[in-house]
Amino acid sequence: MAATTTTVHSAGPVTGSRSFLDRLRDGDELARLITFVFAAATVLITVLLVFELWTGSVLPRHKFGLDFFLTRVWDPNSGDFGALPFIYGTLVTAAVSLIIAVPLGIGAAIFLAELAPARVSDTLQFFIDLLAAVPSVIYGLLGVFIIVPMMREYIQPALNNTLGFIPLFTGPAYGIGFLTAGIVLAIMVIPYIISVSREVLLSVPRDQREAALALGSTRWESTWKVVVPFARTGIMGSIFLALARALGETMAVTMVIGNTPNISASLFSPGYSIAAVIADQFTEATGDLYLQSLIELGLVLFLLTFILNGLARILIVATSQRSGGGH
Amino acid sequence: MPAGNARLRWRKFVSGFMLTMTGVCALVAVAVLFFILGYLVYHGGTSINWNFFTKLPAPVGETGGGMANAIVGSAKLLLLATVIGVPIGFLGAIYLAEFSTGPIAFVVRYAADLLNGVPSIVIGIFAYSLVVLPFKHFSTLAGGVALGVMMIPITLRSTEDFMRAVPNTLREGAMALGASKWKTIYTVIVPAAYRGILTAVLLAFARVAGETAPLLFTAFGNRYWSPGWNQPIESLPHMVYIYAISPYEDWQRQAWAAGLVLLGLILIINILARTILARGVSVPRS
Repeated sequence: MAATTTTVHSAGPVTGSRSFLDRLRDGDELARLITFVFAAATVLITVLLVFELWTGSVLPRHKFGLDFFLTRVWDPNSGDFGALPFIYGTLVTAAVSLIIAVPLGIGAAIFLAELAPARVSDTLQFFIDLLAAVPSVIYGLLGVFIIVPMMREYIQPALNNTLGFIPLFTGPAYGIGFLTAGIVLAIMVIPYIISVSREVLLSVPRDQREAALALGSTRWESTWKVVVPFARTGIMGSIFLALARALGETMAVTMVIGNTPNISASLFSPGYSIAAVIADQFTEATGDLYLQSLIELGLVLFLLTFILNGLARILIVATSQRSGGGH
Repeated sequence: MPAGNARLRWRKFVSGFMLTMTGVCALVAVAVLFFILGYLVYHGGTSINWNFFTKLPAPVGETGGGMANAIVGSAKLLLLATVIGVPIGFLGAIYLAEFSTGPIAFVVRYAADLLNGVPSIVIGIFAYSLVVLPFKHFSTLAGGVALGVMMIPITLRSTEDFMRAVPNTLREGAMALGASKWKTIYTVIVPAAYRGILTAVLLAFARVAGETAPLLFTAFGNRYWSPGWNQPIESLPHMVYIYAISPYEDWQRQAWAAGLVLLGLILIINILARTILARGVSVPRS
């Protein structure tokens, strides 16, 4: 039985190998094969990543099901794991960061794309690119030593005095918390909004601006009522991209958010985010259920950023194609 | 038409005001960079001395010491990451730009874009289950794998773009002289695109050099030297993190110094890659 299989197997390659070797001689087939293996490795790694996250979080998925996302008790001692405080913290800090970063980022992008002369615009964009390269732990460092004390001493008391009637701005000023994390995140994602929005605005066809100006609109009116609406899907794309970054951001957030599982209406109170709890508790997670609950949080984070990045890409590509057709 | 004039003046005022505000936004955004640099130099500059580069961290409670192990550790992790990430990214890009057809290329590109968007902390979980769990301990290898995986999509996508930017006439010229496809790639296309490719690799390197999150539970950290590749290892960004959140003033001072060294390194690589190497080629954004 074994002998027959061997002969059958060796019969195939022997007849086929001559022409294959011929093709190998000039290196093309070999090169194609080798480069294909490395290209396939990229796909394999990505599939493996999803596989590891999925199989690594079986226990909590079976034990808690959807309750994992809906309960707020996170108690490793009793084996209760509910992710609601982390999901809440992630969403609140991301929302705060976008409220600050979107107007600033789009404003700056308008300046770079519409007003600044090409040389100035390119130089400023160069600095923006450098800003995007600053590692998040550096933002965390500045957050801990500059922004937290500033929040505690000045900004939080001032907000409490003026807007304290809104529940968002009540409570003791610790310096750390949702608001501080949101502000640090805002500073971090602004470069992404600026870079992508500028590119999208620059791709708006010239005749759109000229038509608006010829109809008697001011420079701002042509920008705000014609150019920006024309580019709005792409700008939305840049915002989704920034949101995906904000949701997945770890170091800077974990350094300033306070690392307390907490759901509170006040933005001054300390909290936790999904990425922060993984960073903070992964190495000390004892027991499979604890570790796997953290991996399930990683899976949630992966799916969130996967969806947002996909949407962002579709929107940005849609705008650039539309602009291409406009010429 | 006095009413009309007033309206026009108002519209012109709004226009001027809003356009000025966009300029203010741009200034604020750019000022952050100089603010960060200024603070790091101010707080960290005085703490950078010979000991910082040559000594091990001092035991808790003693002042002084340095970060020699973290500097060497970062170098080892980045070397490993480059060895893992660059070949896969570079050769995969050759396949995409020169050999690929249809659906396979789409799948590879899609996977790379997906991988590029994965939060770095999740990459850390991946390297943990892939390397730390089977070996049962934190290691340089695990940290290098985490950073290497992050380098793959950045290298791959930008290298492909740069190779595609090489004009087709060059390919046709080489083919007309009788060169095989492979010979065309390594004697014509790669040399023509090498500045762009090097830029892409340097930017990918700089990007992972500052990563902390994927190292937390792969490289883990180590207050001593880490011989070989199979033990926990310290890195500069991780050092910034644990020293910044520590309660000791001397450690916090050193966190600033480490942050300054780290940021200086990353900015220098970025500036080199973007100005000198990339002169004449446009750098795609990751």
